[in-house]
Amino acid sequence: MMPGMGTFSRAARSALVVAAAGLLAAACGGSGGSATPPAGGGTSAASGGALQVPTANLPVLQKIGKGEGTLNLIAWGGYLQPLWVKPFEQQTGCQVHGTEAGSSDQMVTLMKNGGNGQYDMVSSSGDADLRIIYAGDAHPVNMSLIPETKDFFPAFQAPAFNTVGGVHYGVSLQWGPNVLMYSKKAFTSAPTSWSVLYDPKYKGQVTVPDNPIQIADAALYLKTHDPSLKITDPYELTQPQFQASVKLLTDQRPLIKKYWGLASQEISEFKNGDATLGAGWPYQVSALTDAKFPIGSVVPSEGATGWADSWMLAAKAPHPNCAYMWMRYISQPKVQAQQAVNYGETPDNKLACPYMNKIQAGSCALYHANAPQSYFDSISLWKTPVATCDNGQQDCVPYSEWQQAWTTQVTG
Amino acid sequence: MTAAQSAGPAAEGGAPGQDLAGRWPRVSAVLWRRPWARASLLLTPALAWFVLIYLAALVVLLITAFWRINPFTSNIEQVWGLNNFTLIFQTPAYRAIVLRTVGMAAGVTIVDAIIALPFAYYMARIASRRTRTFLYVAILLPLWASYLAKVYAWLLIFTHDGLLNWSLGKVGIGPVSLIYSNPAVFIVFCYVWLPFMVAPIYAALERIPPSQIEASQDLGARTWRTTRLVILPLILPGIVAGSIFTFSLTLGDFITPILIGGSGSNFMGNVIEQSVGIANNVPFAAAMAMIPIAIMAIYLLLARAAGAFRSL
Repeated sequence: MMPGMGTFSRAARSALVVAAAGLLAAACGGSGGSATPPAGGGTSAASGGALQVPTANLPVLQKIGKGEGTLNLIAWGGYLQPLWVKPFEQQTGCQVHGTEAGSSDQMVTLMKNGGNGQYDMVSSSGDADLRIIYAGDAHPVNMSLIPETKDFFPAFQAPAFNTVGGVHYGVSLQWGPNVLMYSKKAFTSAPTSWSVLYDPKYKGQVTVPDNPIQIADAALYLKTHDPSLKITDPYELTQPQFQASVKLLTDQRPLIKKYWGLASQEISEFKNGDATLGAGWPYQVSALTDAKFPIGSVVPSEGATGWADSWMLAAKAPHPNCAYMWMRYISQPKVQAQQAVNYGETPDNKLACPYMNKIQAGSCALYHANAPQSYFDSISLWKTPVATCDNGQQDCVPYSEWQQAWTTQVTG
Repeated sequence: MTAAQSAGPAAEGGAPGQDLAGRWPRVSAVLWRRPWARASLLLTPALAWFVLIYLAALVVLLITAFWRINPFTSNIEQVWGLNNFTLIFQTPAYRAIVLRTVGMAAGVTIVDAIIALPFAYYMARIASRRTRTFLYVAILLPLWASYLAKVYAWLLIFTHDGLLNWSLGKVGIGPVSLIYSNPAVFIVFCYVWLPFMVAPIYAALERIPPSQIEASQDLGARTWRTTRLVILPLILPGIVAGSIFTFSLTLGDFITPILIGGSGSNFMGNVIEQSVGIANNVPFAAAMAMIPIAIMAIYLLLARAAGAFRSL
């Protein structure tokens, strides 16, 4: 047996070397090829030059043709309810296959390489959209084929988070604020300021999202409370403004019970009495209300950050006709109303209000679908922080540094 | 692969023109004459799997650790460098996370060993056959339950309005705030990995011949001395084997810190998970993953020196 084993291990050794070398070559060759096109745009982004969208000049669809029978979507949990997906499938014959994503960054990851020829669309939020667009993973959209969007509030017709240089890369969907949540067991009246989240009095009772974009919430707070920083836009922070915001969050850390990653975690924290104060979405508020928990929520005097989602078209979408049919369908007032009431968010279509009230009386006002412009103005919608500020200067802190500060300084 | 293919032509060459039924004895004869071919045939599928899927994945990971991502588009750029490693070692937060993880893994290992030793001793040497079976099932049964179910059970015990505070309230002790903290993570880790410590220690204890203990006693050694000079050296390989499980499992876990941990509960596993799932920074995650691999390599070398693999 021993000599045999000796021979064998020599053979095995050479097999290992050959296999490893082959795989190496495959790995290098494979990703080398695919990495080349975006690298050009990417390098200029890193060096701080003007950003280019690699896919800006791709030809757009001129006419919606026959459906391909399939539509592959990446969506937030709860965004593909049978209530509105089933009728779409019946009307168009496009079978919807949904992939649930848990975070903006996961959406960016899934959309890599233009959705890999696998995914058609993603329901990403404004903090991810520009990253998808500038990575060359989104496809230009011909808005004239989607007349339903004419009924959108002006702010969502061509918002900066999904439209670059007049080129649309998706249709706006819904939006909502990040509200201040409080347990009515602990607070008899609603707090009026975000300052409660930074007050040592509530040590160990506070819960906030585990998300780098949370730095913008601190910046929004400082915009009002430290005018000397001259913060105008919580997503465009110069180095001193950024440092001040991060410091506020680092000082907040001892007060934090938990940085929640999933909406369900925040819900159980409130339910079990582990948290009495927190930042969250209307979704958690309605879930806790449904569970008969005395939860309150408010947009405090400083305003709030918020999200605005879009259905973005993948650069390599394999089913473009079904994708356009979906964009038309999801923009209809009735479908917008269904999703708004179901999820607890605000529709982009201004005709959705009566449909919402038909589904649930008073829901139009509850979810601010008819709120005045001043309400909209109080919400700073998420967008990807980039090095180029609105004034053309290059001194803003880009998102990668937000991520790094979040993991190494705030939650580390 | 090459070995298996070379066995084929040899068999065919020996039997030209014969039908298949007649060929089979020849094949077995050839295999009998060439033990290396037999070994290759038996081992090739498993080895191919091991090399292609397991080792190759590790090699690719190792290579990725020396690349970087474009900070804005987060596409991988194949630019070679040690940035990921310098970032880990130069950032105080990452150094703290590495130390916290190793400390947690060591603490869990020590506490599990302290709990497991008397338990396994009772099982192996004192308990009746029936009690032993019952205890063994009791230790192994939780392994059949889902890991998540067990962690969530602890979540329900530890929460502010949970079982623990309810029980403490019954005996008049004020509520404790244990959930979402590192002590809570520690307790859950000790619980979920305990069977992995008990089983090898029990196996080692069972293997000690009673005559050796009797001999020790005959020579005048009392309980403590027998334990220290006879039993402990004999079961040391079992303890080390168990500690490899508890140490490495704690080193790589990220689910318990997510569910049970609080604002200061980032461990290496969490950094890796966040780097891949949130930041999409695979190169950095790969670099971070190299650290537990290196720690385990050192640990296994020390374990080998302690004789943990002598009985394998």
